[in-house]
Amino acid sequence: MSLVVSILSASNGFRRSAIESIVSHIELESLMRYLPKSPADREAMLKAIGVRSIDDLFEPVPPEFRLKRDLNIPRQMAESEIVDWFKLRARENGDGYTSFLGAGAYLHYRPVVIDALVQRGEFLTSYTPYQAEFAQGTLQAIFEFQTMVAELTGMEVANASMYDGSTGAAEAVMMAVRITGRHSAVLARSLHPEYREVLGTYATHQGIPLKTVGFGESGRIDLRELQHTVSDDTACILIQSPNFFGTIEDVEAIAEIAHQHGALLIVSIAEAVSLGIVEPPRAADIIAMEAQSFGVPLGFGGPYCGVLATKEKFVRQMPGRLAGQTVDKKGKRGFVLTLATREQHIRREKATSNICTNQALVALMVNIFMTVYGKVGLRELAKQNLAKTTYAAEQFAKHAKVRFTGAPRFNEFVVETSEDPYAINSRLLGHKIVGGLPLKKFYPELGHAALWCCTELTTRSMIDTAVGLVADSERAVRSMKEHEEQEVTR
Amino acid sequence: MKHMTRKATRHVSQNEGLIFEKSSPGKAAWKLPPLDVPEVDTAKLLGKQERKDLGNMPEVSEIEIIRHFTRLSTWNYAIDLGMFPLGSCTMKYNPRVNEFVSRVEGLANGHPYQPEKISQGALRIIKTLSDCLIEITGMDAITLQPAAGAHGELTGLLLVRAYHQSTGNARKKILIPDSAHGTNPATAATAGYAVENLKSNDRGMVDVSALAAQMNEDVAALMVTNPNTLGVFEQEIHQIAELMHAKGGLLYMDGANMNALVGKARPGDFGVDVMHLNLHKTFSTPHGGGGPGSGPVAVKKILEPFLPKPVVITKPDGTLAFEYNRPQSVGRVRAFYGNFGMFIRALAYIFANGPDGLRQTTEDAVLNANYIRKGLEGVYDLPYSTPSMHEVVFSDKVQSKKGVKTMDLAKRLIDYGFHPYTTAFPLIVSGALMIEPTESEPKEELDLFIEAMKSIAEEVEEDPQFVLDAPHNTRISRLDETQAARKPVLRWKPENAG
Repeated sequence: MSLVVSILSASNGFRRSAIESIVSHIELESLMRYLPKSPADREAMLKAIGVRSIDDLFEPVPPEFRLKRDLNIPRQMAESEIVDWFKLRARENGDGYTSFLGAGAYLHYRPVVIDALVQRGEFLTSYTPYQAEFAQGTLQAIFEFQTMVAELTGMEVANASMYDGSTGAAEAVMMAVRITGRHSAVLARSLHPEYREVLGTYATHQGIPLKTVGFGESGRIDLRELQHTVSDDTACILIQSPNFFGTIEDVEAIAEIAHQHGALLIVSIAEAVSLGIVEPPRAADIIAMEAQSFGVPLGFGGPYCGVLATKEKFVRQMPGRLAGQTVDKKGKRGFVLTLATREQHIRREKATSNICTNQALVALMVNIFMTVYGKVGLRELAKQNLAKTTYAAEQFAKHAKVRFTGAPRFNEFVVETSEDPYAINSRLLGHKIVGGLPLKKFYPELGHAALWCCTELTTRSMIDTAVGLVADSERAVRSMKEHEEQEVTR
Repeated sequence: MKHMTRKATRHVSQNEGLIFEKSSPGKAAWKLPPLDVPEVDTAKLLGKQERKDLGNMPEVSEIEIIRHFTRLSTWNYAIDLGMFPLGSCTMKYNPRVNEFVSRVEGLANGHPYQPEKISQGALRIIKTLSDCLIEITGMDAITLQPAAGAHGELTGLLLVRAYHQSTGNARKKILIPDSAHGTNPATAATAGYAVENLKSNDRGMVDVSALAAQMNEDVAALMVTNPNTLGVFEQEIHQIAELMHAKGGLLYMDGANMNALVGKARPGDFGVDVMHLNLHKTFSTPHGGGGPGSGPVAVKKILEPFLPKPVVITKPDGTLAFEYNRPQSVGRVRAFYGNFGMFIRALAYIFANGPDGLRQTTEDAVLNANYIRKGLEGVYDLPYSTPSMHEVVFSDKVQSKKGVKTMDLAKRLIDYGFHPYTTAFPLIVSGALMIEPTESEPKEELDLFIEAMKSIAEEVEEDPQFVLDAPHNTRISRLDETQAARKPVLRWKPENAG
C-alpha cells in the first residue's frame, strides 16, 4: 500500500495524509482494472437511483436463487500472470514443431499487415453494421470481400461469410432443398469426413436423406456410381474439390450428371489457395468455401471463415448477411446490409436459416490477405504450393506408394506405407516433425495410408528429412520380412 | 447543430474508394521467397484444370492497403470510442490482453489434427474454460463446439430432441415467448420443430397461467431468455421450470443476457435444463463487426450423453484427450472443436476478473442500466415499470406523436457521438428503445448519454424535422435501403466503375 501512496503523491502532488485517507477506504483487493468506477461513483449512482445498496437492485431475483458465495473459479490474476499461464499452455502445444498436416486446416504465411489492421479498435470492437451511417468501414470491407470471393470462385455473388466450411456446406444443402423443392442429397465420400458428419447432424433433423458415393482408383468420385445414385428427388450433389485427398475433381462431368437430373451441384472448397492456380468450379450452382487458408491462423480449428457463393438467381434463397451498394440522400455511394427479409430477425421461424452472426473479423483477415496477394500473387503462391507438393510426392514415391496418381492434385497427397502411419508419426515427433494425417480413422479401407500436405512454408530440407524417416521405416519392414522369409526357408 | 452536448466533435475523415479502383497492373504488396524445389510445368500437371486468369482481383502496394483499411476503419463507431448501448448485445470492453494471448505462437498455430500428446495446452484451455463455465452457470456439463449464439441454440434444441427421442417421443413443438429474439423461432424451425408463441403478461414476463394452458406432452421445450429482452428477471422462473418438468418438457434458457447474472445467480439452480452462452457478449470476446462469436451449450446431467462429439476427458494418467466414442451423441455441429481462439479470450477474461471481479462486473452492469433508467424516466415512455436488471426498454410513444420514431432518435444519437441503442426490439414494445450500457461505462459517459437523450427529446419538441433528417454529422447521410433491396448490387464490377 505504501508504494501506491508514494506513486499517487508523487504524480499528483497531493498531501500525503489526504492520500492515505483515500486509500484506506479502498481495499486494494477489490480493485478491478476493467471497471471504470470508484466506490464514490457507485455510491452517488445508487443515491441517484434512490436505493440503499446494490442488493436492492437484485431484489427481482428470488432470494433462494441468489448466490451467496464466491464462484469456485481461479482467483483474479494480474495481466502478467495471465500471459505466463497461456505461454505455458503454448509450450505444451506443439510449439516449435514443423507439420505436414492439412486436411481442412492449412498453415500458410500470414502477412503482418493483417493483424496490424484487424486489431484497430474500430474494426475489432464494432458491432454488426446495422447502423449503416456509423459502420461504413465494415460495410465497404464486406462489399469488397464479396466481390473478391465472387471473382475467385467464378460465381456471380457471395455472402458476407458463414461460421466455417463445414456449416457452410450444410447450409448450402438446405439452400438447394429450398430452391429445388426436392428432399434428398448425394454427397461424395471424398468430402471432408467432419463436413460429412456436420451435414449428417443437420440433415437428420431437417428430414433430408443423404446418400454417399465412393471414390475410384484416381481418388475422384466414382462417376458411374454417382449416375446410379442421383434420382429425381435429389436436390443436390455435394462434392469437394480439391477433395479430401487433394485430388481435383472433374467438376464439369459431375455438373452434367447433376443438371441432367434437375439437381444442383454444390462444390465445397477447403483449400482456398488452390483457386490461384486451379480453375474454379464454374459449372457449380453453389460454392461453399472455407477461407481459412487466406490469412486466418490455424488456431486449433477456429474461428475460421465459411463463405457461400452462387448465381444471382439464387441469391434470395442464400442464408447469411449480405452487403449491398446504394446511395445516401445526397446521392453519395454507400453500403448497407440488404435482403434482410431472408433473415431470422425479420422472418423468425420462416427465415432461410437461423444464422445471425457472420465471421466479420475473420472475413476481414481473408479480405486483407486477398488484397495483399491480389491477381498475380495468388497465382504465384498457389504455384509454390504445387511445386513443393509435386517435389514431395515424387520423393515419397521413391520409397512408399503414393495413391491416387491418376488425376491432378493441388497441395495434398496420400502416401501408403507398410508400417502403420501412427507408428511412423510417433518417431517423426521425436524429430519435431508432425507427419501426415493417418486416414484409417476416417477411411478404414485405406489401411496404412496418410494424408500429407505441403505449402509454401514447407522447406525442401523438411521434406527430405520426413521422406528419409519414412524410407527408414520401409527399409526396416522390408528387412524384417526378408528375415522372416529366411527363417521360414530355413 | 441544435443541442449538441460535450461528447461529440467534428474531425476530418478521409474519402476512400473501393480497392479495385486503386488497382493497376504492376503494383504488388507480396513477395515470396525463392523456390527451393524444382519449378513445375503447371499446364502439364493440371491440364484443363489450370486457371489462367484471376479476373478483377486487385493489384496494389502495401502502403495503399494500410491506408485503405485504416481510412475505412475511421468510418466505424466502436466500443473503443465510446458507449455502445445496444440492448441484448452486451457491447463491453474487449481487453487487449485477450488479443495478445490468443496470438501466442503454439496456440495460434496449433493444428486441430496434431497428436494429442502435443495438444495438451489446447486441451487444458478447453477443460479449464469448460469447468469455469459449468460453475458459473450451475450446470453439469458443457460443449464448446457451437460457433455462435444461434448455433448454440440449434445445438441445444438438437440435444432436447435427442433426449425426448431416447424416451420414445421426440415431441413436436417448442414454446417461445413473444418477447424472444428472432433466432429462437428460426432455430426451432431449423431443428425441425413447430413454433408456438407464448404471450407475455402485463408485467412483461412469461404468463404462467397461459403456459400451464399451452403445456402438454407435444411440447419438447420452452425457450426462455432470462433476464428477458425487456431486461426483466422472470421471477416465476422456478414455477415455469416445474410446469415444464411436470409434463416431461425441458426448460431451455437463451443466455444472451447472462451479463445480468454472472456471480449473482445460476440458471442451473433455478431449474434450467439446457442453455447457451455467448462468449462474445458476456465473456468479452470482440464482436469484430459481426463475428466471430462462440456459443457454448451447458446442460444438466440428463442431457450429457447427447452432447456433440468429441468431448474432452481426463485420462487416468492425468493427461487430457478427445473422446469420440459417444453412441448417444447428436453428432458434430461443426468441424474440429469450435472457435478455439474465442475460448482463449474468454478464459483470459475470467482469469482477469476472478470470482470477485465477475460479481462486481454484474453489479456494475445492473447499476448502470438502472442509472440510465432513472435519468430518462419521464422523458421517454417506460412501457413496463417492472424493475430492470442489466438493460432498460423505453418506447417512442411520446416522440412518435411528433412523427419521430425510435429509428430517427437513434440516428440523431449518432450525431451526439454515441452508437444507437437497439431499435424496434423486443416486438412486444411498439417503437422500442432497448438500452444496455454494460459495466464498461464510467459515470461521466452515462451522464453524457442521458444528457444527449434529453437533448434529443427537446429537439423533437422544437423541430422534429431536424431529428428526422439525422444523422447530420456523418460522412454520409441516411442510406436508401429500399433501392439496395430492390436492385441488389452485391459486388463491384468494372463496368459500373466511376
